[in-house]
Amino acid sequence: MTPKKLTLPLTDLQIKNLRQGDLLLLSGTIYTARDQAHKKLIETLKSGQALPIPKGAVIYYTGPTPAKRNKVIGSCGPTTSGRMDEFSPILIEHGYKIMIGKGARNETVIKSLKKHQGLYLSALGGCGALYQQCVKTCECITYPELLSEAIYKLTVHEFPVIVTI
Amino acid sequence: MMPKIRYIEAKTITKKTAELVQNTATYLRPDALKAFKSALKTETSTPSKTILNYLIKNAELAKKNNTPCCQDTGLEILYCELGEQVLIKNGHWKSALQKGIKLGSKQGCLRQSVVSDPLIRINTKTNAPGLIHFDLVPGNQIKITCLSKGFGCENKGQIKMFNPTASIDEIKTFILDSIAAAGSNACPPFLIGIGMGGTLDHACDLAKRAQLTPIGKRNSKPHLAKFEQALLKAANALNIGPLGLGGKTTCLDIKILAAPTHIAGLPVAVNIGCHAIRSQSITI
Repeated sequence: MTPKKLTLPLTDLQIKNLRQGDLLLLSGTIYTARDQAHKKLIETLKSGQALPIPKGAVIYYTGPTPAKRNKVIGSCGPTTSGRMDEFSPILIEHGYKIMIGKGARNETVIKSLKKHQGLYLSALGGCGALYQQCVKTCECITYPELLSEAIYKLTVHEFPVIVTI
Repeated sequence: MMPKIRYIEAKTITKKTAELVQNTATYLRPDALKAFKSALKTETSTPSKTILNYLIKNAELAKKNNTPCCQDTGLEILYCELGEQVLIKNGHWKSALQKGIKLGSKQGCLRQSVVSDPLIRINTKTNAPGLIHFDLVPGNQIKITCLSKGFGCENKGQIKMFNPTASIDEIKTFILDSIAAAGSNACPPFLIGIGMGGTLDHACDLAKRAQLTPIGKRNSKPHLAKFEQALLKAANALNIGPLGLGGKTTCLDIKILAAPTHIAGLPVAVNIGCHAIRSQSITI
């Protein structure tokens, strides 16, 4: 399982050449969002307003622990993707087609990813300490009242994920 | 002869509980790390070996950087074995313990994972309240065991009220189906707790308590030990593997706790524990 080092953003050609089971080490910018943030993002989309994250942003499903002093971020492994299944298809349609989480996705999400040449990557569940090391910067972008469920902009270095869909 | 009463200060309980909660939620249990290393020797597929190596590296980094091994630092559950000769001084047991959970969560930078009501869902911002169980035991000490339970796996638990005439095979099928349904979402390799007997809620309580016992230690009753081994073999034959990528290590262990029950019932509870096995005890 030789890891492939890739830098975000990924081109459509790079996405096309990936195979299920490939181990990738990603570097670049990703945005965290989980249950409550997804609910708010969809409400914003439906109201016709602009989203607080740039188009094409890679979304990582996580709710980190608070950062200790002198640390960029706390423990930040992935949360269960299935709970975001109801929200993902509309986000994929609007250009947010790369997602990182853990566990299976439903048929609707799978169809949507295939239709829009999207990518679902599995991060290693329970490896919060490992991912902490991969995060170089962390900035709260929006929804700070959601605490660990806020949207954070992360700069990551060699963040291990496995190509799933 | 009158028993000698020992007094423990409430603030001592709070301080010691805070340390316990911090340590429990941060570090992987030693027998879990040992089980990963042992599984590495028996796994043959490259993806499962790669995952197991990552799990080991994660546990080592958590220890080195004093950071929670998983970001879901869980709902804190305290099991207190309270000596009958112990009395608390300058406080009350429940509030002293809950203060300990709050303090430990703050000092350890644990995640604020608790909402005060299941429907209204406002975050308590303290990671409290936790769940507290008391058992009275002889003696003048208190033993507190903390279990940090994440909800990726907790959400996959199951309970079934079998007929009293149910066969072992029916029970085995239910348990294996529960493990299969948990799958990759619950972060295998699992530590499964099975509770049998009692009432609906008692079986669920037993299933969780079963996860506190060491990996590899069999139930003291031969027929239950035999069932544990058969279940473990069958569960690992499901080939779900570490993080659901396939492999021989779907479960690190399956532990059963059983209790007397009603003539008309046979409750069986399955509690799924993920690979972030986090429980520790202190004695005061």
